[in-house]
Amino acid sequence: MATKQAVSFKLNGKAVDVVVEPRELLIHTLRERLQHTGPHIGCETTHCGACTVDLDGMSVKSCTVLTVQCQDSEMLTIEGFEQGGALHALQESFHEQHGLQCGFCTPGMITRAYRLLKENPNPSEEEIRYWMAGNLCRCTGYQNIVKAVQHAAKKLAAAAA
Amino acid sequence: MIPREFEYHAPKSVQDALGLLAQLGDEAKLLAGGHSLLPMMKMRFAQPGHLIDLGRIAELKGIREENGTIRVGAMTTENELIWSKLLQDKCPLLVEGARLISDPQVRYKGTIGGDISHGDPGNDHPALMLALGASFVLRSAAGERVVPADGFFVGTYDTLMKPDEIMTEIRIPVPAPGTGYCYAKLKRKVGDFATAAAAVTLRIRGGAVQDVAIALTNVGPTPLKARAAEDSLRGKPLSDASIVAAAGLAMNICDPAADQRGDAEYKTAMAGEMTQRALHTARERAGR
Ligand SMILES: Cc1cc2nc3c(=O)[nH]c(=O)nc-3n(C[C@H](O)[C@H](O)[C@H](O)COP(=O)(O)OP(=O)(O)OC[C@H]3O[C@@H](n4cnc5c(N)ncnc54)[C@H](O)[C@@H]3O)c2cc1C
Ligand code: FES
Ligand code: FES
Repeated sequence: MATKQAVSFKLNGKAVDVVVEPRELLIHTLRERLQHTGPHIGCETTHCGACTVDLDGMSVKSCTVLTVQCQDSEMLTIEGFEQGGALHALQESFHEQHGLQCGFCTPGMITRAYRLLKENPNPSEEEIRYWMAGNLCRCTGYQNIVKAVQHAAKKLAAAAA
Repeated sequence: MIPREFEYHAPKSVQDALGLLAQLGDEAKLLAGGHSLLPMMKMRFAQPGHLIDLGRIAELKGIREENGTIRVGAMTTENELIWSKLLQDKCPLLVEGARLISDPQVRYKGTIGGDISHGDPGNDHPALMLALGASFVLRSAAGERVVPADGFFVGTYDTLMKPDEIMTEIRIPVPAPGTGYCYAKLKRKVGDFATAAAAVTLRIRGGAVQDVAIALTNVGPTPLKARAAEDSLRGKPLSDASIVAAAGLAMNICDPAADQRGDAEYKTAMAGEMTQRALHTARERAGR
C-alpha cells in the first residue's frame, strides 16, 4: 500500500487533521472521514458541480482534487454558511426565490455562487449564467437559481451599506 | 472511481521537481491542475506509481511582458489568463480561447502548461499557441531548451517533450497593434471539448493581408496549422470569396476521428465553417 500522509487544513474555520492515502479524493475525505455530507457526488467525472467546495478562494470540484493537495489550505463547504443560527444571504435567497426543488445540486450551487459574488458582487444575468455553468441542475430550469443569486447579491450589498 | 495507488511528492522548486523526476523515472508523472490527469487516473487509463505535484512551485506562476514577449508561467490557471489585464490588452486571443475552455471550476485548476503538455488534440491551447507563434521553455537536469509550438505536437498524447523535462514557461511574441484575432469553437455544451475550432491571427496593411495564421483544434491527431490556407491569403485583399477558398484548403488537411460529436465529414465541414467565422471576425477586429 502507498504511504499514508498526514494532511492538515482548515474546514469551515476549524483546524482538521486527516491521514490519507495519496489517492484519496477530497470528496471522500469530506463525506466519509469528516462527516461533511453537504458536498454531493453526482457524476464523479468533473461535470456536474454537486461536489463543489471553496478551496483557497477557488471553487473546485472535490471529486477531482486529491486530499493531499490540500495541505495548509482553507476550505469552505455548505456546512460553514450558517453563522450563529442565521442562514447566509445565499441560503435565504435560494429559499425565498425557490432556487431548488430536490436540492441535490444546491450545496454546490450556493458554494459556487458564494465565490462568484466575492469576485463580482453585482453580476448581470449573463455573467451569472456564464460563471455558474459548471453546476448542473436537473430540476429547476435555472431561472430561479439566477434570481436567487441576484437576490442574494442585493441582500449582501444592503448588509454592507 | 478511485485511482490506482501511488506515492505523492510536493516539491517546492523546479530543481527539486527535476531531481525527483530523474530519480523516479518512468514511474512518475507530473501533476499540474490535475483536470486531465486525475480523470484519466480515476478511469485507470493512467496508472503512474508516483505523482510529482507542481502546485507548490511559486516560480511556475505568473504573467509578465519582457522585451516584446509575453511570458506565462506553465502553472498559470485558465481563470488567471482570463482575468489578466496584460493579456486582455495585448493578447486578447488567449483570453477568448481560455473563456471557451470547460467551466469555471475546471478553469480555477486547469493550467496552460498542462493543457499544452497533455498533447490532447481536443485541447484548445495548442491551436492558440500555433496561431500566436508561441514557443515553450522545457527544463531538464541537463539544462533548458526553447522549442516553437509549430512542430511540438507530434501525435495524440505525443509531443517533443522528453520524460525528464518540465515545461516551465510559455513565450508569446506580443501581437503587433491592430492584429485581428478570433477563436471560433463549436461545442455541444459547456464542459464538452470542441467538435471543431479555428484560431486565427490576421494583419492587414494597405488593403492586403500582410500576415495570417490559422490553426485547427480536434480535427486530426494533433492541432493542425493550415499552411496552404494561410498561403492562399497572404499578400492579397481579404474577400468573402478568398475566405471561402481558404476554408476549403483548411478542410483538405482535416483528418478527424468519428465519435459521438459527429462523423468525419461533419467535423471537417465544421472545421471549414469555424475557419470562415474566425477569419470574418478577425477581419472586423483588424486595424487597417
Ligand atoms: C469536464 C472537462 C472539460 C474540459 N474541456 C476542455 C476543453 O474544452 N478544452 C481544453 O483545452 N481542455 C479541456 N479540459 C481539460 C482541462 O483544460 C485540463 O485542465 C488541461 O487539459 C490539463 O491541464 P492541467 O493543469 O489540469 O494538467 P494535468 O491534468 O495535471 O496534466 C496533464 C498532463 O500534462 C503533464 N504536465 C502538466 N504540466 C506539465 C508541465 N509543466 N511540464 C510537463 N508536463 C506537464 C502531466 O504530467 C499530464 O500528463 C476539460 C477538462 C474537464 C474535466
Ligand atoms: S461529482 Fe464532482 S463534478 Fe460531479
Ligand atoms: S434542485 Fe434538483 S438538481 Fe437542482
